[in-house]
Amino acid sequence: MKLKKVYLDNAATTLCDKRVVDAMIPFYTDKYAVASSDFSHSPGIEAKEALDKAREDIANKIGAKFREVIFTSGATESNNVAINGIAMANKKKGNHIITSSVEHRSVKEAIEALEKEGFTVTWLPVSKGGFVSVDDLKKSIKKETLLVSIQHANQETGTVQDINSIGNICHKKSVFFHTDAALSFGRIPLDVKKAKVDLLSITAHKIHGPKGVGALYIRDGLGIVKCMYGGFNEFNKRAGTENIPGIVGFAKAIELIEPNEIKYIEKLKERLYDGIKKELDAVQLNGNQKDTLPTILNLTFRFVEGESVILHLDMRGIAVITGSACFSRSLEPSYVLKAMGLSHEEAHGSIRFSFSRFNKEDEIDYTIDAVVNVVKKLREISPITPDN
Amino acid sequence: MPLPYSEKVLEYFKHPKNVGKIENPDAKAKEGSPACGDMVTLYLKVDEKTKRITDIKFESFGCASNIATGSIITELAKGKTLEEAKKITWKDASEELGGLPPVKVHCSVLAVDVLKAAIEDYEERHGLVKEHVKTTKEIVLKRLKHVMNPIVGLDIVKTNIVNDVNVKEGSISVSMGIPRDNQFSKNIEEEVKERLKRLWDIKKVEVTFDEE
Ligand SMILES: Cc1ncc(COP(=O)(O)O)c(C=O)c1O
Repeated sequence: MKLKKVYLDNAATTLCDKRVVDAMIPFYTDKYAVASSDFSHSPGIEAKEALDKAREDIANKIGAKFREVIFTSGATESNNVAINGIAMANKKKGNHIITSSVEHRSVKEAIEALEKEGFTVTWLPVSKGGFVSVDDLKKSIKKETLLVSIQHANQETGTVQDINSIGNICHKKSVFFHTDAALSFGRIPLDVKKAKVDLLSITAHKIHGPKGVGALYIRDGLGIVKCMYGGFNEFNKRAGTENIPGIVGFAKAIELIEPNEIKYIEKLKERLYDGIKKELDAVQLNGNQKDTLPTILNLTFRFVEGESVILHLDMRGIAVITGSACFSRSLEPSYVLKAMGLSHEEAHGSIRFSFSRFNKEDEIDYTIDAVVNVVKKLREISPITPDN
Repeated sequence: MPLPYSEKVLEYFKHPKNVGKIENPDAKAKEGSPACGDMVTLYLKVDEKTKRITDIKFESFGCASNIATGSIITELAKGKTLEEAKKITWKDASEELGGLPPVKVHCSVLAVDVLKAAIEDYEERHGLVKEHVKTTKEIVLKRLKHVMNPIVGLDIVKTNIVNDVNVKEGSISVSMGIPRDNQFSKNIEEEVKERLKRLWDIKKVEVTFDEE
């Protein structure tokens, strides 16, 4: 019997849609010239037109202007460039940064690096549901505050922050606001003008686009330090020959998002959660029922350890991840779950399921059966029970 | 496979041996705690005359390496005398399993320690402790090395949160370098008492926290 394969790790990355690949291929095999408008030949102009169109499409999608979008190698680069670029260009304005304790590593470590360089940082705590308090954030803004960087949606629990309120506060207080929208982009409404964002990071591979392509929105008139020297590309902000096939693929991936797809994904998530809850006790939702991404479901199965769970699921062809200490190289449980107040034991039994439009209902049912079976089996050999 | 486990480890993980509880065991022990993640319990049935282990079972709240090590240790110990079983080491278990990933030493050591602790429990309950050594600070510290510090997941001695130990006239007092309102203080206190209360010459165990 062929092993059924169920991929439920779409918050890590997604399948690159076949239609995206098809759109990309001509830019390797046929239209492979370097994009150039001013001093060029016809192929160069053709490439430039494709680049411009992709930029226009992406700008439209987030409510930005054409000139406000530069292409990067992904959200990691966008986050690094945004944070470092704004801090270095505005050192005179202040040296205080506000962020949250649940950011993706690419934000967390970029800010930690600045902390070592002498910036002071406020790491805002989050509530049990994973939310930053907008009030706390407001109170922690001081004269020296230069930048606020708060993610749009969380990578482990899907918790969505109120970036519209945060952006408005920052705007009023004349503080730069960056948000990492790697996981929310293309999933939930996002408008840079409404949220008064100054910098925003997105990436293609979370929405069935190619890996290694992303974009950074930089509000018009905002000065950041050039992040790569060697040419005038990307409005003189990032030198280097553009990855046109990838960029075209990114735009294609956006075009392919269907209006109803998120509703479908949300149904899959509910189906999985309801199905599991019906069969198992002591299952806890990590994150929040409301204001969360439809693509992520993070559950703790009490009295069992996550690595054991994912290993058993892997043997049944199901790909998920855990926040358990045993699954991390450092033997530390997930810092995100810890920041949300979960105990070691709770983080230990946490499993993240994440969905995409390519998942099918029968895959979800298969997963429910497998999870219920595995957790029951592991609970049978666990020394911990609800009554001790 | 997603993790660097040998086929043997995976096999024992898939089909663990000797798991479960024994009703009315002759001895039992527990290592680790839920608060720091891994925890194993172990139960023994021992033939009174021959001192052979006639039945052995374990329960695991842990990862694959923990479950596999528990399986192999119990297989190795079954049928052996207590004296023989005492000599089983982590290295024996690891060799039998075709090697364990270095990062997993901590989780698998627990399964070896719990066997030793269960044998000690048997000896204490059955008056088999050969020479009654007077409890000293060193002996207490050795036992405290089995109490985990859930804040970091290593033992409380290694992580320097034991400030001082005093042994005097049948009572032990342990002073901890963390405040009482730490979320894990109650858990640590219980574990410490559990570890020390069965020492033959000890009647009272007291745990104090910062600024008490
Ligand atoms: C919230 C978040 N930010 C940033 C990234 C990094 O994106 P990329 O893989 O495009 O560098 C990811 C994904 O890994 C993410 O989930």
